[in-house]
Amino acid sequence: MATTTNDLDTLAALYRTMARIRAFEDAAERASQGGVTAFGQNASGGAAVRGPLHLSTGQEAVAAGVCAHLGRDDLMTSTHRGHGHTLAKGADLSRTMAELFGRATGFNGGRGGSMHIADFSVGMLGANGVVAAGLPIAVGAAHALKLRAAPQVVACFFGDGAINRGPFLEALNWARVFALPLLFVCEDNRWSAMTPSTPLIAGDGAAARALSLGIDALDVDGNDVLAVHAAAGRLLQAVRGGGGPRLLHALTYRLKGHVSVDPARYRDAAELDAALRDDPLVRARAAWRIAGGAAADLEAIDRAAHAEVEQAVAAAAAAPWPGADAAYDQVQNTGAGMWR
Amino acid sequence: MNAQRTMTFAEAATDALAAAMAADPRIVVLGEDVGRGGVFNQYAGLQQRFGAERVIDTPISEATIVGAGLGMALAGLKPVVELRVVDFALCAIDEVVNQAAKNRFMFGGQKPVPMILRMPIGIWDAAAAQHSQSFEAWFAHVPGLVVVCPSTPHDVHGLLCSALASDDPVVFMEHKTSWGERGEVDPAQTVPLGASAVRRAGRQLTMVSWSRQTRVCAQACDQLATAGIDSELIDLRTIWPWDREAVLASLWCTRALLVVHEAVQVAGFGAEVVATAAQAVPGCRVARLGAPRIPVGYSPPLEAQARVDADAVVGAALELLR
Repeated sequence: MATTTNDLDTLAALYRTMARIRAFEDAAERASQGGVTAFGQNASGGAAVRGPLHLSTGQEAVAAGVCAHLGRDDLMTSTHRGHGHTLAKGADLSRTMAELFGRATGFNGGRGGSMHIADFSVGMLGANGVVAAGLPIAVGAAHALKLRAAPQVVACFFGDGAINRGPFLEALNWARVFALPLLFVCEDNRWSAMTPSTPLIAGDGAAARALSLGIDALDVDGNDVLAVHAAAGRLLQAVRGGGGPRLLHALTYRLKGHVSVDPARYRDAAELDAALRDDPLVRARAAWRIAGGAAADLEAIDRAAHAEVEQAVAAAAAAPWPGADAAYDQVQNTGAGMWR
Repeated sequence: MNAQRTMTFAEAATDALAAAMAADPRIVVLGEDVGRGGVFNQYAGLQQRFGAERVIDTPISEATIVGAGLGMALAGLKPVVELRVVDFALCAIDEVVNQAAKNRFMFGGQKPVPMILRMPIGIWDAAAAQHSQSFEAWFAHVPGLVVVCPSTPHDVHGLLCSALASDDPVVFMEHKTSWGERGEVDPAQTVPLGASAVRRAGRQLTMVSWSRQTRVCAQACDQLATAGIDSELIDLRTIWPWDREAVLASLWCTRALLVVHEAVQVAGFGAEVVATAAQAVPGCRVARLGAPRIPVGYSPPLEAQARVDADAVVGAALELLR
C-alpha cells in the first residue's frame, strides 16, 4: 500500500515492535543451538534455551500490526510460535526470556518454556503446544466477555496448518453462531511443520472457509506491516462494534526452520532468497525511507532493541533456577501432596 | 427438623446446580441439549430459570465445548461443561488432557481453572460399544484433574456442591443408568472431594467400589453374609484423590481387599488401589475384579459378558478368602 508521512509515527511504533521480536528471537535462536535432539543434532546439555524453539522470524509484521490495536485488557491466544504475539501484546521481554531459559523469574517460573509462554496480566492467555488448540479457548474467552457485557475483544492467532484441524471449523462456527467479539488471525507462514501447506489445503484457504460460514474475512500481505495494521484495524472496529467475529488471513513466510535447530534444507533456494528480500523489517525500512523518515531513527530503534535483549539474556542467565518444589506447585488444590 | 428430602439422582444433581447458580452468577452451563434438560433430565428447568445465556445450547462440537469452557474459566466464569456421555468426551481429549488439566501448571499458576466436566460413564442398557464405557482410570492418570464418581442421590448433590466450590477442573462422572434412582438427600450436607463412605461395616473382607457398581457389591455383600462372611463395603466416591487412609484402615483390620469396578479390569483403577494396598499392608490378600477386556456388545447375552454381576463379585471374594 502507499505510504505517507502521516504513517511515520505509526510505522515507527510498529517497527519497534518488530525489531524487539526479531532481536529477541535471534538471541533465543543462538542460545538454543544444541538444545534439542532433532534433525541429526543431539542435545549437548550446554544450551541455555533447551527443547523445541519455534521461531516466528519473518512473521513479525502480523503480530505487530494486529496487536497495535489491542489494549492491555483485550485477550489473546497464541500458538507454539508465539514469542512475537507475546511481546507485541505487551508482555515483559525480560521475563519472557527468563521463561525460555527455564528460570524461576520467568512468567511461569520455568514450568512452561517457549511453547507455553503466557502473561495473563496483559491478557495473553497462552501459547499452545498443540496446533489449533487455541481456537476453542479463544472462543470461550470471547463468549465469557459477551456474557459479561465486557467491552474487550479477543484476538486468536493460529497458523495455516491449523485450518486443517477440526477445532478450526468448530470454533469459527461457534463464534459466528453466538456473534462473539473475536478476531481470528490466520498467520499463514506457508509451512505445516516441514511440509508446504498449499498442496494440503483444499479450496481457497482460511478466508474462503470463514466466508462460507458467514464470517467476513480479509486477505492481507502479512509482510507489509502497515497493510496488516490497516486491515486488522478495520476488522477489529467491526468486532468492537458488536458485529461478531472476523477473520484476517495474513500471508507471510517462515524464514527459519520448523524449530531453531531445523536447517530447513527442504526449501527451494530461490524461494528462500525471494522471502529474504520480502522480509517485513526490510520492507518497513524501505517504506520508512520512501515516506521521508531518517534512517538513523530506525537504527536507534534497532540498537535499543538489541541492548534490551542483551540485558534480558544476561538477566536470564544470572537468574535462579526454580526449586524442585515448584514441580509440585500449581498442579491442583484437591489432592495436592498425593503425588503417587 | 429433618432437612432430608427424597429425590431422584437427576433431581438431586439439578437441585445442587440450581442452588449454586442462584448463588454464583459466574456459573454457566454449556453443552448439547442442556436447554431441554439434557439427555438425562439433569438440567431440567435450568434454562427457563436462568436463561439461554447461562444455560447454553451448543453445537455438537465437543472439542470446542471443552475448549470454550476452559476459555470461559480463564475469563472469569465457572463453567459446567456437559459432554452427554464419556464416550463423546473422547472427541475432546486434547482439550481435557493437554489444555484444561495442564493450563494452571504450565502457565505457572497465573490462573486456576475452575470447571466441571460432566461425562456420564457405564453400561447404558443395549447402547453397545460406543455408548457403554467407563473411563475413570484414564482421567485419574492425568495430573491436574479431580475425578468423581458418585453413586447415590445424596452424593451427587453433595459432590456437585464441592466440585462447584473447587478451583480445580473436576471430571464428574455420573452413571448413565443412575439418574432415576431415588434416595434421601440432605441438601445442607456437602460431600467433600476425596472422602469415601462406608456403606456396610465388616471385619473379614474390605470391598472397595464406586459408581453404580457399589450397588452390585452391596448385593454381593448380602450373599457373602449368608455364607458367613462379614464384608466391609467402601464406596470410594472420588477416584482422584482417592481415600486411601480409609481403605488402608479397613484393610489393617480385615487383611483382605477386593476392588470391584465396572470398567475393564486391565489397567483399571482397581489395579492402582490394590497395588497401593499390597505395598502398604504387608501380608494382606488383594484382588481386583473388573470387566473382561472386550467391547460391550449389543445383544443381551453379549452385553452380559461385559457386566460384573453380584455372583462374579461373590466368586472373586470367595476365591480371595479361600
